[in-house]
Amino acid sequence: MKKQIQKRIIKDKLFKIVIILLSFLSTFPLFFILFYLIKNGVFSLNFEFLINLPKPVGEKGGGIANAIVGTFILIIISSFLSIPIGICVGIYLSENKDKNLSKVINYFVDILQGIPSIVLGIIAYLWIVRPMRHFSALSGGVALAIMMLPVIIKSTEETLNLIPQSLKEAAFSLGAPYYKTILSIVLPAGISGITTGILISISRIAGETAPLLFTAFGNPYMNLNIFKPIESLPHLIYNYAKSPYPEWHQKAWAASFILILIVFTLNFISKLVVKRWKVRF
Amino acid sequence: MINLVSKKEKKKFKKDLVFDILFRNIIFLSGVFIILLLFAIFLTLTFNSFPSLKVFGIKFLYGKTWDPVFNEFGALPFLIGTILTSFLALIISIPFSFSISIFLGEYFREGKISSLLKTLIELLAGIPSIIYGFWGLFVFAPVVRYIQIKLGITPYGVGIFTASIILSIMIIPYSASIGREVIELVPSEIKEAAYSLGATRYEVIKKVILPYARSGILSGIILSLGRALGETMAVTMVVGNSNFIPKNIFSPGNTMASVIANEFAEATGDLYLSALIEIGLILFLVTLIINLIGRYVIRKYAVSL
Repeated sequence: MKKQIQKRIIKDKLFKIVIILLSFLSTFPLFFILFYLIKNGVFSLNFEFLINLPKPVGEKGGGIANAIVGTFILIIISSFLSIPIGICVGIYLSENKDKNLSKVINYFVDILQGIPSIVLGIIAYLWIVRPMRHFSALSGGVALAIMMLPVIIKSTEETLNLIPQSLKEAAFSLGAPYYKTILSIVLPAGISGITTGILISISRIAGETAPLLFTAFGNPYMNLNIFKPIESLPHLIYNYAKSPYPEWHQKAWAASFILILIVFTLNFISKLVVKRWKVRF
Repeated sequence: MINLVSKKEKKKFKKDLVFDILFRNIIFLSGVFIILLLFAIFLTLTFNSFPSLKVFGIKFLYGKTWDPVFNEFGALPFLIGTILTSFLALIISIPFSFSISIFLGEYFREGKISSLLKTLIELLAGIPSIIYGFWGLFVFAPVVRYIQIKLGITPYGVGIFTASIILSIMIIPYSASIGREVIELVPSEIKEAAYSLGATRYEVIKKVILPYARSGILSGIILSLGRALGETMAVTMVVGNSNFIPKNIFSPGNTMASVIANEFAEATGDLYLSALIEIGLILFLVTLIINLIGRYVIRKYAVSL
């Protein structure tokens, strides 16, 4: 009897140790990746690298200014396209919870979220690049906007569902019309959750490469025109990593470091927003 | 008669009414837009795959040759490559994601150590896939090559195996977070009942928590499979990009997503492009079905006591 109990206790302890070990083992890749990014990336970083344009192989210097600017332009385009629609759909879903249409839309949002990004690249290519006959920042922005939509819709809907009904009723009882109640009472109350959703969706698309391969395409020069091809950080990393030149690999490491800095900063800010302005009722 | 409502106020009411109707219509239409968007995506893909569908028909799925020069397109190598990498990645990731969900959902629900692990996992999830691919190509693939030399296999470095490992790292956070949520939902009454009968924690996990959370864990695994199937950049960089059926798990291959990434921009000729779009259509349909199954499992078997 005693032996059996001891056996069970040992089994229990062993299991816990295995769980803890495996859990922390799965975070090892993070440290490996960060270690190499810092080791290989930081040393080729300097101010010139951030403000200069790329130079051909063999020439010293050269930077990634066009890619940084391009990434921000792509983010602006896709935010501009996806945020208004995303918030509207979120409002619709949280305001019409019981309608069958809402359930259908919810399903569709789930499916939209599951579509591989490369497929959205094909779509943006067929919708915009082919009719226009050339690659453009706009088409990249459209592909990224479709990726952002589900995240924004879900965070808006979930946040608005947390806002108490009494708040809305109070506004109605004062004679506020429906649109005003939503836009100036309910929406501001949930602004933190919506902002978090937007930031998370931006951090997700900031590192996205696949849909840009044949939409935004890449461009070795500075470009501010949204109807022309544009460079982006992830695409530049891809190009440089594929190249056979060690000095370009070095630049890819540095660019990766910058990219991960941008993505982690966005994540961090979204955490702060949650903490600071969390919906509390 | 006394006029209770001034003309100005009446006008304001009217304005509010108009805006109200406008607002309701806008949010309704944006909802409808989502439905139209998905149909438009599906129709665009289908319509543009017609040339390839017409020429190859069902043979597209089991054709072994992918030869743009002779306009012969069969997607079997990519289907096999995709299935191999995703399922291998899934199998490798399960012990880890399972451990993390138990760790965060049962052993350490709150406190410093739990928020540390949570933060690390979130950071892991936040790393862009291009960086996984880049790191995999320059740091991990040489390690694999070294092992292959030791084992006496052709040392490619890149290949199905390398891609699967990188993929598994990428999907761990995803299935772990779903698993954790379900494990946290297990009511404490039934756990306490088991403890009161003298069960150890391991026994509670094995006999109470897992049966209860089974469907949620399963759907987490299914949904992360959907993600693995569609993952592009990281796989493209380490899979080896060979358009032949892989001989073993160490040989280079190609997946559906990576062949699109590699060849789409350079595809000349309508048939070539259309064949690539058809691969995109297959990818779309497969991930759609997997997502629907995953969500069905989570809804259908959502435990209720």
